Amino acid sequence: MFRITKKESFTKAEAIIYRLFGFSVGIIFSGIIIAALGYPVFKTFISLAEGSFGSSIAIRNTISFLIPLSVTALGLSIAFKMRYWNIGGEGQILMGATAAMGVSMVLPSGMPGPLMMLSMLVAGFIGGSIWALIPGFFRINMKTNETLFTLMMNYLAICFVQYLYFELWRDPAKKGFPGIQDIPFRARIPYVSGISLAILAPLIIVLVVYFLIKKTKLGYEIRVVGESEPTAHYAGMNVKKIMFVGVMLSGGIVGVAGAVKLMGSTGTLSSSLGGGAGFTAIVIAWLANLSAPMIVLVSFLIAALEQGAQFIQVRMGVPAAVADIVKGLILMSVLGSEFMLRYKILFGVHTASKKLEERASVDPTMQDSDPESEVVEDSI
Amino acid sequence: MESIVRNDLHPAFSMRGITKMFGTVLANDSVDFEVLPGEIHALLGENGSGKSTLMNVLSGIYRPDDGQIEVYGELKEFRSPGDAIDSGIGMIHQHYKLAEAMTATENIVAGMKKPPKNSGKKDDVLRTDILRYASRSPAKTQQKIIEFSSRFGIEFDPSIPAGQLSVSQKQSVEIIKVLLRGASILILDEPTAVLTPQEAKKLFSVLRKMAAQGCAIVFISHKLNEIMALCDRVTVLRKGQSIETCTVSEIDAYDLVEKMVGRKINLSINKPDPDPERRVCLDVKGLTYSDSKSVPKLDNLSFTTYYGEILGVAGLAGGGQKELCESIAGIIRPQQGDILVDNERIAGLSPRDITQKGVAMCFIPEDRLGMGLVASMGIEENILLKEYALTKGPLIRMKDATTKAEQIINELEIKTPGLKHPVRMLSGGNIQKVILGREIHLNPKLMIAAYAVRGLDIHSSYTIYNLLNEQKQKNVSVLYIGEDLDVLIDLCDRIMVLCQGKNMGIVDASSTTKEEIGQMMSGTTLEELKRGVSYV
Repeated sequence: MFRITKKESFTKAEAIIYRLFGFSVGIIFSGIIIAALGYPVFKTFISLAEGSFGSSIAIRNTISFLIPLSVTALGLSIAFKMRYWNIGGEGQILMGATAAMGVSMVLPSGMPGPLMMLSMLVAGFIGGSIWALIPGFFRINMKTNETLFTLMMNYLAICFVQYLYFELWRDPAKKGFPGIQDIPFRARIPYVSGISLAILAPLIIVLVVYFLIKKTKLGYEIRVVGESEPTAHYAGMNVKKIMFVGVMLSGGIVGVAGAVKLMGSTGTLSSSLGGGAGFTAIVIAWLANLSAPMIVLVSFLIAALEQGAQFIQVRMGVPAAVADIVKGLILMSVLGSEFMLRYKILFGVHTASKKLEERASVDPTMQDSDPESEVVEDSI
Repeated sequence: MESIVRNDLHPAFSMRGITKMFGTVLANDSVDFEVLPGEIHALLGENGSGKSTLMNVLSGIYRPDDGQIEVYGELKEFRSPGDAIDSGIGMIHQHYKLAEAMTATENIVAGMKKPPKNSGKKDDVLRTDILRYASRSPAKTQQKIIEFSSRFGIEFDPSIPAGQLSVSQKQSVEIIKVLLRGASILILDEPTAVLTPQEAKKLFSVLRKMAAQGCAIVFISHKLNEIMALCDRVTVLRKGQSIETCTVSEIDAYDLVEKMVGRKINLSINKPDPDPERRVCLDVKGLTYSDSKSVPKLDNLSFTTYYGEILGVAGLAGGGQKELCESIAGIIRPQQGDILVDNERIAGLSPRDITQKGVAMCFIPEDRLGMGLVASMGIEENILLKEYALTKGPLIRMKDATTKAEQIINELEIKTPGLKHPVRMLSGGNIQKVILGREIHLNPKLMIAAYAVRGLDIHSSYTIYNLLNEQKQKNVSVLYIGEDLDVLIDLCDRIMVLCQGKNMGIVDASSTTKEEIGQMMSGTTLEELKRGVSYV
């Protein structure tokens, strides 16, 4: 018999210790599995680290993983702040990239590179936001379920891009093979001393999102709407307008992630351009508790893990499934530590004297809170 | 007192040393509580004193960290609410849990268990009968239920869907439901909160009959006069501890309050005279509103309020009070009618439009955390709620809000660990003070306060009354939606009574009685009362 109760609070130090502990538990468990399968444990883990940070190529790859993940997660976090479940990141990435691709095909080829890139980024924003606003319109005006609607829009976007790939934008120069032409070279994001300037995208957007949420009226309104729509109405906010703008920004930023991916790494459009980033970003946004700076940090860890897992497949000959297990176990343990951080598990029946001891050490200001309204308690 | 206290018997139940901890809060601290068969026993305490926790422990919802429960002399350990029901403990919650589409009978029968053979309880035959007939002959089942109910003087038609029953009838169904599950120990959690005075009187006679037949009744209430009128003994809880158990006939209300609060408190509300000029502030004409399911909520409602007075609004729950407040505040749009403040038309305008028109109005909504505040934000960000739109530019200005928040905290003595501490973590009284402080700082000429003291302890309630009276003296026109008729009479200058969205009449608080208001609440207009017609 045990019970789970919510903790009143935790300190920063506790938070770090719990997360490190969770990470270690993940490492230990995946180590056991690796050993059981007959692979050298330490070497595998060293390779994992090497794969993500070991060389300049590894770091570059990790960063190129990080960019779409973090930008997408930042975009989604704006919608999540409003309790608008935008699960359509993948579709918005694709449509952002599609719009950027379209613009690059239409613009005169003699156009200066920076101007072309800027127009493609704007197109990406517009493409993503339109794709997000379709379900958004129905949600705002007719209260449809945005979770399902945005999810379905992903598949529509994939099919649409496939149609472009095989039919409408099929490049005749590929001699019968399906595919879309590459974007002009001048539209590709340049490298400076080996690092793609695409890294500027998450760095700028994290500042923009942080500033928007914390310092602007719109950000404040978004937070209030997310917390309670009746309160927003009560304060005289135009909830529909705020939701509209919020969804537009959310989809737009995700669309920019698609455009950046197109211009910074793939160079052409295909339905696999998103690569699942739209879904992974959901996990990242929540793991980071919707805090903009934390999103970049968490994206970095996930990207590193992803990159390392790929590397051990090559270096150690570990099967892809095992690499996935390692990735999953570490992620799950970190998630588990979040739970342990916020809740505590009580075993058996506590004695009154122990309670009284605990009570003596309680912060006096907490005594004022109403116990019956505060408690989250489950018996298992 | 009609009920008989049989001291020679075992107590119906006794709880000893009950301790229950939530996080770091000690909700029950070795509480002792026992009730005899045939006794109506009041459980009195302020909010957060641990009443609900104690009763949830007794009904098996919470498991105590320490302590013992004996039921009819037998040591029990409840692992679930089912265990408590099997031991004969039944709880009537404040919010009824009936399937609205099913008939009263179906609600009663659903979930009933066949009594064990030879259990020796007197109603076993009846219960077996009811269960046997349940699937075959609804008419016979209903007959049995009517018979059973009439023993306690409970009357309702068991064949109508529960959704169509009145609030007090729903309560009766709940009581019968619990009794037919074999309960002989009944816990009623603030049962009169939703009843008219007349219905409450009826409930009391039912409870007395039940006690006379040997039931043990725990009566949870804030209302001292009810406890004095109904109960045999009272146990006072304070800050999670059982302070004292006393016989009601040997104690007066002032002593009880002192035991409950821990110090002496003046129970009278001082009432400053209203402004004699009687200048009209709010003028409501023919207001009509139906909700999205086209259920009429306000029906051709007209009234005026004056500067420097408090106009009380009385009525049963769901009588249109919420819709009235929200129409005036601009949150919902009435379909018909007009609302004028200082001859300025505001009906149908949004809250922001109303402010921009220069109409200084403030509204303290019923749902404090769900509508009046942003629960997870701190005080300063909640102060910002009504201010941020007034500044120029796209950025919020935190500094002004911080200064104002500090000022309000000082003025109203709000207890909080910090400006950024989430308001939902504050106590009910402090939460209400945050809203009131913010709204008063808007310098309103019209103030709407809906259930401003609901759920607050006595001390906080009196602070709120004083704040409202201060506003009245500043010549603000106050519209006060209330529940407790005694408070309405003591606090307000005039009282408007609503019944199903209609204005039943406005009475002068100094000359009216609770009975008069009660009759109006259940649908008799003031004119009819004066002519001597009554439907109650």
